[in-house]
Amino acid sequence: MSQMTDMRKMEEEWLRTERLPHVWCPGCGIGIVLNAFLRAVIRRNIPKEKMVVVSGIGCTGRTAGYVNVDSFHTTHGRAIPFAVGIKFARPDLNVVVFSGDGDLFAIGGNHFVNAARRNHDLLIIAVNNFTYGMTGGQHGPTTPTGAYTTTTPYGNPDRPFNIPHLAISLGAPYVARWTTYHVNQLQNSIYKALNMKGFRVIEIISQCPTVYGRRNSMRSPMSMMEYFQKNSVINNKASYEEMELTYNGKIVVGEFRNVGGIPSYEERYEEIIRRAQE
Amino acid sequence: MKAMIRGNESIAYAFKLARVQVVPAYPITPSTLVPEKISEFIANGEMKAEFVPVESEHSAISAAIGASARGVRVGTATASQGLALMHEVLFIASGMRLPIVMGIGNRALSAPINIWCDHQDSMSQRDTGWMQFYGENNQEGLDLGIMAFKIAEDKRVLLPAMVGLDAFVLTHTVEPVDMPEQSEVDDFLGEFKPNYVTLDPNKPATLGSFGFPEHYTEFRFAQWVAMEQAKKVIDEVFEEFEKKFGRKYRKVMPEHTEDADIIFVTMGSMSGTMREYIKKLRAQGKKVGMVKITVFRPFPKEELIEALQNAKVVAVVERNISMGFAGAVYGELAATFANKSKKPKFVDFIVGLGGRDITFNTLESVYKVAEKALTQDVDDVNWIDVNKEAVYKSEGLQ
Ligand SMILES: Cc1ncc(C[n+]2csc(CCOP(=O)(O)OP(=O)(O)O)c2C)c(N)n1
Repeated sequence: MSQMTDMRKMEEEWLRTERLPHVWCPGCGIGIVLNAFLRAVIRRNIPKEKMVVVSGIGCTGRTAGYVNVDSFHTTHGRAIPFAVGIKFARPDLNVVVFSGDGDLFAIGGNHFVNAARRNHDLLIIAVNNFTYGMTGGQHGPTTPTGAYTTTTPYGNPDRPFNIPHLAISLGAPYVARWTTYHVNQLQNSIYKALNMKGFRVIEIISQCPTVYGRRNSMRSPMSMMEYFQKNSVINNKASYEEMELTYNGKIVVGEFRNVGGIPSYEERYEEIIRRAQE
Repeated sequence: MKAMIRGNESIAYAFKLARVQVVPAYPITPSTLVPEKISEFIANGEMKAEFVPVESEHSAISAAIGASARGVRVGTATASQGLALMHEVLFIASGMRLPIVMGIGNRALSAPINIWCDHQDSMSQRDTGWMQFYGENNQEGLDLGIMAFKIAEDKRVLLPAMVGLDAFVLTHTVEPVDMPEQSEVDDFLGEFKPNYVTLDPNKPATLGSFGFPEHYTEFRFAQWVAMEQAKKVIDEVFEEFEKKFGRKYRKVMPEHTEDADIIFVTMGSMSGTMREYIKKLRAQGKKVGMVKITVFRPFPKEELIEALQNAKVVAVVERNISMGFAGAVYGELAATFANKSKKPKFVDFIVGLGGRDITFNTLESVYKVAEKALTQDVDDVNWIDVNKEAVYKSEGLQ
């Protein structure tokens, strides 16, 4: 068997294939991200019983239902606090939060900020499709200024979050951004991050042709991918200003931060208990 | 003028016709179309208002309070988890006596995740001090939406109000609706004047401050009095509306109750199904009637006593459950009659949770138990259309 069919078979073991076909629209980017994630996990040889996937609510949130490991489909915005609880109860597990931009940065923004500040030992896979996909394409805190959505029919006046900047400013030890066009880099990034401790954030710019693209003259999945391809610039040393996303502008991608040796919240907590017991 | 609109649009049009000035909202199925439609109205210049795209429902209702406290007319909309997330702040709105109006797309609560219709979301907010109206169809959504402002803003009331429409069955279903003219609604509602203390830099005030034990109970009692007053104001507004627009609303709507042995109590869209089912039973010579509850808060005790006292059996058909007791409507009705010497037998029926359809078969099962109750004892609380065997088995009771 070729390496490719091998990988495919292994991936299938990580999926609840009986739940397929999935709910994602044709051309949606979430499947690409899930694929990259599973490949990275398989390469890392992580046993299934050592992995938990936690999702909030949204299209991306449906991931929790498709991975063939213990998973938690939580309430909208609360994936991170649920994950923190799991991590405390079972510090030996790899706890991955796999959720959408609205879930993580709108309704759940406060949890992101505080969990990052405390450096909880979580891997955050944040799928940024610039909109609330599941509810039909309203603008949210990641929608680029000027973009058209159902709640900004003549363009968005708001300024979006600069997610890598936010994560770095809070001290997250691993921060990267890719698009769904960068499948290999994304997979490698997840592969690396899986082997680290602390609050690791990977933002993936992903296409939602159905409710975002079609309102922003990128009707087909291909046209969104072409946009990602043409406009992406890899720059690991990008400044915060360069990381900012603009409407139809450049998308600076890369591994912006990778610092080992920062103790996670869980490690600091254990250290305090150890010292107190001495 | 007739318009073909979905239930969500009936709320959006009510806000537009009421000249709502601020709409803070966060999207949630099935009420998302309300803020979408509003932002479209605003962007098209058809509505002069601010749409505030907040980052959660907790912020939506908080922003609504801020705007209302400044003395403008405010509307918002949500459902299910979104309404549950607002819970803490709902008390602030009613405690501060701010006449905010909120559309609810009545939807089940998690877990398990479910986006379809039942009334658990707003029933679970019944103690927050908000008035609650439930529409049977999109026309009622529009009319109650408009009237809610007039009732809420009345000096004798000053309480916020929710208008519930059943998820999907109404929120997403297109129905013909009589759309009032702007001038008629202007005339009916009058120009908005806040009948309460507002934030005003010329007369500085602190809103939402402490109420010590010496005063707290009086604040609460004032809300109680306002709710009692609302009963009268609702009647007045319903009557005025009828005169102006020709459509009749009552807190409770009895049908075929005069000679009925069995009366069904319903809320929301199931009332239409019940009406048809009663026609069928009446054709068979059965003495049955129904009472539709349109206003759930303030609870229309007097009207319900009047409508139900001569029945032998009252079958409460409801889409919510208070675990460990019974459905909310059953509990309230039974308490309403607690001190009456003459009272019917009350039987509770839990139906249509999480979007399970309420069909003639459902109502047939309800009727069978209610009929039995005429002559025998039956269970107080009856779950209809449920696979009990499967549940007993999974709970290890077999
Ligand atoms: C408390 C609460 N508010 C609102 C919703 C409705 N809702 C479900 S998913 C969603 C947004 C999804 O957007 P995002 O997190 O970006 O994920 P995507 O669907 O785009 O993958 C919203 C607003 C909800 N389920 N719960």
